[in-house]
Amino acid sequence: MSNTTTSKKTPAAYNYVDSRVGFSAALKRNLRKVFPDHWSFMLGEIALYSFIILLLTGTFLTLWYKPSMTEVIYNGSYIPLKGIPMSEAYSSTLEISFDVRGGMLLRQIHHWAALFFIAAMVVHLLRVFFTGAYRKPREFNWLLGIALLTLGLLAGFSGYSLPDDLLSGIGLKIASGIIQAIPVIGTWALYFLFGGEFPGTEIIPRLYSIHILLIPGAILALVTAHLLLVWTQKHTQYPGPGRTEKNVVGYPLLPVYTAKAGGFFFIVFGVTTLLGALVAINPIWLYGPFTPDQVTAGSQPDWYIGFLEGSLRVMPAIEFNIFNTWTFSPNILIPALVLPGLMFVLMGAYPFIESWITGDKREHNLLDRPRNAPTRTALGTMSLTFYILLWIGGGNDIIATTFSLSINSITYFMRVALIALPPLVFIATKRICLGLQRKDLEMLLHGKETGRILRLPDGGFVEVHEPVSEAELPKLLARETYPVWELPQKVDANGIKTPHYHRQMMKAKLSAWWTKGDLPIPTIKEIQSGQHHAHAALEQAHEFGVEPGKEEIVTSTNH
Amino acid sequence: MTEKFDINNTFDPDKENQAPKISKEVATKLPTAAKGVDHYLRRTDTDPKAARRAELQVATLFGASSFFTLVFLVSFVAIPREKKIAVSLIGVTGAQNLVLGVSFGFAILLIGIGAIHWAKKLMSDVEIVQERKEIKPADDVQQEALAAFRVGAEESGIGQRKLIRRSLLGALALFPLPFVVMLRDLGPAPKGELRKTAWEEDLHIVTDITYQKIRPEDIPVGNLISAMPENIMEIQEEEQNLNERGKSAILLVRMRPEEIKSQQGPDWDYQGIVAYSKICTHVGCPIALYEQRTHHLLCPCHQSTFDLADSGQPIFGPAARRLPQLAITVDEEGYLIARQGFQEPVGPSFWERGA
Repeated sequence: MSNTTTSKKTPAAYNYVDSRVGFSAALKRNLRKVFPDHWSFMLGEIALYSFIILLLTGTFLTLWYKPSMTEVIYNGSYIPLKGIPMSEAYSSTLEISFDVRGGMLLRQIHHWAALFFIAAMVVHLLRVFFTGAYRKPREFNWLLGIALLTLGLLAGFSGYSLPDDLLSGIGLKIASGIIQAIPVIGTWALYFLFGGEFPGTEIIPRLYSIHILLIPGAILALVTAHLLLVWTQKHTQYPGPGRTEKNVVGYPLLPVYTAKAGGFFFIVFGVTTLLGALVAINPIWLYGPFTPDQVTAGSQPDWYIGFLEGSLRVMPAIEFNIFNTWTFSPNILIPALVLPGLMFVLMGAYPFIESWITGDKREHNLLDRPRNAPTRTALGTMSLTFYILLWIGGGNDIIATTFSLSINSITYFMRVALIALPPLVFIATKRICLGLQRKDLEMLLHGKETGRILRLPDGGFVEVHEPVSEAELPKLLARETYPVWELPQKVDANGIKTPHYHRQMMKAKLSAWWTKGDLPIPTIKEIQSGQHHAHAALEQAHEFGVEPGKEEIVTSTNH
Repeated sequence: MTEKFDINNTFDPDKENQAPKISKEVATKLPTAAKGVDHYLRRTDTDPKAARRAELQVATLFGASSFFTLVFLVSFVAIPREKKIAVSLIGVTGAQNLVLGVSFGFAILLIGIGAIHWAKKLMSDVEIVQERKEIKPADDVQQEALAAFRVGAEESGIGQRKLIRRSLLGALALFPLPFVVMLRDLGPAPKGELRKTAWEEDLHIVTDITYQKIRPEDIPVGNLISAMPENIMEIQEEEQNLNERGKSAILLVRMRPEEIKSQQGPDWDYQGIVAYSKICTHVGCPIALYEQRTHHLLCPCHQSTFDLADSGQPIFGPAARRLPQLAITVDEEGYLIARQGFQEPVGPSFWERGA
């Protein structure tokens, strides 16, 4: 410790704890730990804070909620349902809503926070993807993130089902229909999960223990690991002045980051609470108790299940009978199990696939600008298009009634669009990225456009360019290209076959596809010359008039 | 050669051929050496009055938060639970819930806004540069760690003593089995319940809410009613669950006899009244949306559409199978009854279903 601190007296309480815990070394190292600042780094924070809000409000809800499907006659203060038989789960949810002071608020905060939790995770995932933040050394954290998203979806679905209202019961019915369609083990899986046929009396208590114990426990463990890795690996940063792969530029944990991140927790919590107070969500008292023979029109799941709802709706009716003995239902299995499985596996595998194609095994702490990785960005927008189309497909009935369209036409359109639109979006995104790269290159090689036009003595017009500022330069320079993987010889000069020839050939092809259209990286000489010309031209402009003899320099800015 | 790069330096043609292609790593390093991180002074850094103003603002925000917490506490006891108020945009809502929520929301939100305002206006905004350490530890550290592991493994003798190793692995592999086996009682073995419903010969058809027997003349042409077997409540009492409700629910629709294009059996209708399972053959939602003119029945979950005038065939959407039809007639008193049970399993597909 420095001289200034030794002269000060150690507070007795600090000394008491430190001599039992010994945390001074850790505090010394970490209290001034640097965190880079950018709005997009708050997305993960929103997810984390929403989770904390969920734990807080959820704990309160458990004090009154009764996870039981035993039939009771409702006798609470919500008049329209008085005297109606319903499950204890639904009746206790009504009690929370109407007889516990602030209970309705808690329920609504809990539900809003759940929507934000998953939304923030998804947008955070997009940020991480499009900036290449998942590259070495952060691949494990990407996988942890995917696992957290999966758990978040399960948490959302299991919680959605607990009130046992008509709408959530329909969701469970759909889930049971999907489970019993699983080949060979489907019926058994259904009976094991529901304790017999649907709905039985077991599913609500079971979902409850999954929802309040198993899933939050797992999320808590994985979030801890996720944050520990962020802590030890230090946060990534965008390219900017003074920022390198080897440093981290930003504000210290104490005080600025604590105030900002801590303050942001209260903002997220405050906004969620205000929404809970002002905007009704999931008014289960309007849906009525669940009974398996009733349904409401326009039934919609929470937004994060929408893509599965869409895939189920859009899928054509394909079903096979095997030897008249077994039923095999691709119309259910593909949209409900195969597709989401594939989506999550591909997401998880993506960092490893990309690094295999590019051959890039270096550590990356500077984020990519999306335009500087056109193929990745295009793959991202392509996948996002597919997801959004599924999501829209999940609301085809709402779209049909809102815009007076034929539901059949929307569904047919979706079937075509899901296959045709993503590749078009891929191509368009790649072109846009390359166009933006060209603009960056133009700025490096010729300076920035100023919009000022100079008239030359000979009557010609030129636009004055000015040099790129120091602050912008690192951003423009932060682009790299990958060498194309060379196609190996099938058999070398000595007649020996290349090992893994087909794998290598595939890698060469993918690498060529990946780098297709890449612009060359300018040399320092080219940049210097370009910026110098722009600089000289600017000086000329300042002189307001062009002297003979220097005219050439002005003209030459207009290559 | 490339370490120092100042864009204001004049271009030197002699260095032209020495300049290499710059990698991103080099490129992003360059401006640091030239300039470092920029910092601008804020108003609150230079003007003590502005700083004082900011301090007051932050304190006001925190103070307002305390005020709202008090509002929450007071309204918790002061506002009656059943009081309703009409608010524009929201409509009629519980007054207590609204005031509790708004006050609590602001109490929380203002702490956040205050903290961030404080950080932005008054805390040092000088960005700090910290070097990253390579995540991979030095080679010798790795070697030492591996060596420690090897020594430990050697001292345990797990490598040499195969008998211990194998018996331990065997024990570890077996001991979780009780956990797995205990899961067996999660549910009973399927005994074909998915194939069966309560419907059988001569069972009366009753409405699904009042459980009244139905006469054909109770159903006008074009109408659709949901119905159940007459013993549904007894079954429900006996089994203490809603399972049978989810399977036995049917729909009765009356159309003009000449509108019926086909049925699943000869004369399974009664004077144009047809009975079909209400449970969708896709994933099992109850179906309820009937279009009188076309006799199309639409499932609200995934929009599978069935033609009730044509054997309940699926004509749109993801459902692949027709809705099973129930053959009906009337008893001697003129009430609708089932002529027999369903001839095929109702509801969504399952592996053992078969044809």
